[in-house]
Amino acid sequence: MKNQMYKAGSQANEDIDVYLDRNQNKSVLRFITCGSVGDGKSTLVGRLLYESKMLFQDQLTQLEEDSKKLGTRGQDIDFALLVDGLSAQRDQGITIDVTYHFFATQKRRFIVADTPGHEQYTRNMITGASTAQLAVIVIDACKGVLEQSRRHIYLCHLLGIRNIVLAVNKMDLIGYDQSVFEAIVSDYTEFATIVGISEHIAIPISGFRGDNIVACSDSMAWYTGLPLLAHLEALELEHRSGMPQDFCMPVQWINSPHSGFRGFSGRIASGTIEPGDEVRILPSARTSKVDRIVTFDGDLNKASAGQSITLTLNEEVDCSRGQIITAAAPPLEVADQFEITLIWMDEKALLPGRSYYLKIGTQMVSASLAEPKYQVNVNTLGHTATKTLELNEIGVTTLTTERPIPFAPFAKNRTLGGFILIDKMTNATVGAGLIKFALRRAQNIHWQPTDVTRDHRAQLKKQKAIVLWMTGLSGSGKSTIANAVELKLTQINRHTFLLDGDNVRHGLNKDLGFTEADRIENIRRVGEVAKLMTDAGLIVITAFISPFKSEREMVRNMMEDGEFIEVFIDAPLSAVEKRDVKGLYAKARAGQLANFTGIDSPYEAPENPEIRIDTTQTTIDEAAQIIFEAILKFGN
Amino acid sequence: MTQMAPSQNNLSELESDAIEIMREVVSEAKNPVMLYSVGKTSAVMLHLAKKAFFPSSPPFPLMHVDTTWEFQEIYKLRDKAAQDAGMELIIHQNSEAMEIGINPFEHGVLHTEIWKAEELKQAPDNYGFDATFDGARRNDVTSRVSDRILSFRSAQHRLASRAQRPELWSLYNARIAAGESIRVFPLANWTELDIWQYIYIERIDVVPLYFAALRPTVERDGMLLMVDDERFPLEQGEIPVMRSIRFRTLGCYPLTGALESEAATLIEVIQEMFLTTTSERQGRAIGN
Repeated sequence: MKNQMYKAGSQANEDIDVYLDRNQNKSVLRFITCGSVGDGKSTLVGRLLYESKMLFQDQLTQLEEDSKKLGTRGQDIDFALLVDGLSAQRDQGITIDVTYHFFATQKRRFIVADTPGHEQYTRNMITGASTAQLAVIVIDACKGVLEQSRRHIYLCHLLGIRNIVLAVNKMDLIGYDQSVFEAIVSDYTEFATIVGISEHIAIPISGFRGDNIVACSDSMAWYTGLPLLAHLEALELEHRSGMPQDFCMPVQWINSPHSGFRGFSGRIASGTIEPGDEVRILPSARTSKVDRIVTFDGDLNKASAGQSITLTLNEEVDCSRGQIITAAAPPLEVADQFEITLIWMDEKALLPGRSYYLKIGTQMVSASLAEPKYQVNVNTLGHTATKTLELNEIGVTTLTTERPIPFAPFAKNRTLGGFILIDKMTNATVGAGLIKFALRRAQNIHWQPTDVTRDHRAQLKKQKAIVLWMTGLSGSGKSTIANAVELKLTQINRHTFLLDGDNVRHGLNKDLGFTEADRIENIRRVGEVAKLMTDAGLIVITAFISPFKSEREMVRNMMEDGEFIEVFIDAPLSAVEKRDVKGLYAKARAGQLANFTGIDSPYEAPENPEIRIDTTQTTIDEAAQIIFEAILKFGN
Repeated sequence: MTQMAPSQNNLSELESDAIEIMREVVSEAKNPVMLYSVGKTSAVMLHLAKKAFFPSSPPFPLMHVDTTWEFQEIYKLRDKAAQDAGMELIIHQNSEAMEIGINPFEHGVLHTEIWKAEELKQAPDNYGFDATFDGARRNDVTSRVSDRILSFRSAQHRLASRAQRPELWSLYNARIAAGESIRVFPLANWTELDIWQYIYIERIDVVPLYFAALRPTVERDGMLLMVDDERFPLEQGEIPVMRSIRFRTLGCYPLTGALESEAATLIEVIQEMFLTTTSERQGRAIGN
C-alpha cells in the first residue's frame, strides 16, 4: 500500500486560502449504507474512509498493526477494522445502532449513516435513512439480491430517498464476471420497478481490492459507468426537505427581547422569502407581510430552504410556536384526518384508539390511530390483515388529530409530511409516520354554531356544568358513591346524569370487550357522551374503572378548563378482592375472566386527582358528603 | 448591513442544523444550560447560540466546570466571553473534590474522573437543569460515533441506553419526566476542520494557547507540559525550558500535552493541522 501519499496530505503545497475556500464551499452528501455482516459493507465504508485520506498517521499505523493481528486478510490491510474496530468499543452493552462516519474528497463532504441490516434493526435503518439523500445498497455478488436487500430497497424508497445505488460487492471473488453482475442487476431492476424506483444505478465493485471505488477497474473494462466515489461526488443534490416549492417555515421560537421587537424564529422548510412578501399564518389563515429577515450577521434581502432565520412581520398577528408561516397563496392544506404509512418503533405494540402525542414540524398535538388497514410485508410487499403493529412492523392506517394541522404529503415535503408519535406516559418515541393524503379536509366539516350556547343551558339550570369522573378498581364503591352523590345533588335542585360503567356496556358500548384497545374506545365514547351532556348544562357523574392515565387525560382534554374533576376512589386491591361483591375477582384469579383490572391488567392510579377518597378511612356517606361539598366549591 | 443569503454549503448547513437544535431544545426544555469549557469547540457553540437567538441573548446560562487547574488564559477569556454574550456565567466547582484537596499532580486520572464525571451529576441536582448543551462531536473520539443529538439520562444521571430515542428527520422529542435530563450535542456532525474553519470565517475569539508562542515547558513521559503557574511542582533537577509550543486541546494544564510548533496564527494552525500526522486526542494524557 502506498502510505506516503497519506502522510503528507495532498494539500501540503496548496495555497491555504484556496484550500479553505474550496472546503467551505463543498456541498454535503448524507448517505446511508445498507447491507449485513458478510456483504462487505464495513470493508467498503472503511475503504472510503481510507481513500479519502482522512486518516492521521497514528490511525494508519494502528490499522496496519490491527490488520496483522486481528484482520482476516493475511498481510493486507483489513479496511473493515476501521469501521468494526470502532463498533467493538461502541457496542459495550449498548444496542446496535446507527453509526456515523465522516470523510471528504476534493469535491464534496460526506456523512455516512452506517446501519445494521437485520430485520430486528429496521427501526435503526429507518432512523439513518430519514436524513439521507442517497442509499448505497451493498449486495454480495456471490449471493445476489436477497430478501434482506429487497427490504432495504423498499424502506429507503419509503423514506423518500430518490437516489439508490446498488453496489455489487466482492466482484473479485466471482472472477469479475459480467454475466453474474448483469443477472443481479436485472433481478434488482425488476423489484425496484415494482417499488416505484425509476432510475437504476448499479456499480460492480470490490471494497477489498478497491475495484471501481476511486478509479475504474482494469479488471472490469466492460463496466463503462463511473466508479462509486465519482458517482457520489457527481450526484446532483436536492435539498433534504424535498422538491422545490413555495415558502414554508414552521415557527420554532418567538423571539422577543423587548416590547419593540417580535420575531418568529425557524428553519425554512421549503422555498425562498424576501422582505415585502405576503405570508399566511397557518392554521389561523391570517395574512401579513414580511418586514425583515433578521440574522446575527445583519438583515438578509433573501433567504431560502435550509436556512435558520428570524422573520418580523408588518402587522401584529397572532403566531406562536408550532404554527407555520407560508406563502400567502396557494395555502397549505389543513386537515385533521389522514391516511398514513406508519412504522412502529416501540416494544409495546400500537394501541388503536390510544391518544399519543404527534410531533410534526414544530407542533405537538394529541392524535390517535385506527386499526391498521393492512400491514406491509416488507420482504414481498404483500398486504396482510392485522389489528395492531408490533416493533418494526409497517402498515397503513388512519390518523386523527385533536385539531386540524397544516401539512403536505410526505412525497412532496419531508418536513411537513413526516411525523413522530410519542407515548404520553413514557415519553418514548414509539412510531414514525408518513402522511399520504388527507381523508377529510377540515374546512369541509364546519362546526355548526347554535344560538343557544352551552353557557345559556347551564345558566337556565342555575348551575355550572361539570364532569365528576370517578375512577378506581372494580368493587371500590364507585357506583354506590356516585349514586349517593347524585341523590344529594337532586335534593338541592341540581340537574344531573349518572353514566355507569355496567349500564353503558348494555347499550352504547355493547360491541366492546375488555381488551386494552376496547377499553380505550369504551372510555373515548363515554368521554364524548359526557361532553355532549356538559354542553347541555348537566352535572355529569361517571363511574368507570378507567384504568389508564392516557384515556383519563384524553377525556380531561375534551372538556373546558376546570370542568373535569377526577375523583380517585382509592381502595387497596386486597380489600376489594376480599369483599368481591360481584364474585369477579375469584373468577379472574381462577383464570375464567381475562384482562381483569388489578389481576392481569394494570390499574394506573391518578397522581394528582382533584379529589381522593380513601375508602379504608371513609364510609359511603362520608365520601358522598366530601364530594358533594367539593362540587359546591367548584362553582355549584 | 444587508447582504445576500449565502448559498447552502458545508458550514452554513452545519450552522443552521445547530441553530435548529438549540431552538428546539430551548422551546421544549424547562431549564437548559450550556457547558462552556472556554476551548475552541465551546467558543463555536457559544457563537452559534448568539446567532440562534439574536437579537435576544441566549435564554440560558453558561456553566464552566472549573477544576481550579485550568490554564490562566482560560480564566481571562471566560469572563469576557460570557459578558459579551450577555449571559449569566455559573462557575461550578466540585465541593467534594475541593474538600479532599484533589489535584492533577498527585491524583492524575482520579482528578479528571472526579471532576468531569461528578460534574454531570452535581450540576443538574444543584441547579435543576433538565437539558445541557455539550460541544462533543461524533467524530472526535471513536466512542461517540453512535451518539444521538439528544441523549437521555435517568434521574440517577445514568445514560439510559434503553431509553434512547430514534431521531427521525429533525424531529427531536425532548419530553422527559421529572428528574430526568438530556445531553444535547448541537455540534455532533462537525469535524475538527469545521471548527477551525468556522472560527476563522466568523472571527471568533479563542484562547491564545492554540497558537504557538515561546512558553516555559518541561518534558515528562514523552509529553511536553507547560509550566503555567507556581503550583506546578518541578521534580529534582527539572528546569523549565522555553519552547515554541501550541495546544490542540485544552484540559487541566498539568495533564495536557503541547505540540512543538511555529504556527502562531490561525491560518498557520489550519495549515499545520492538515500536515499533522496524529489525531487530536493524542495530546492529552487522559481522554475525557
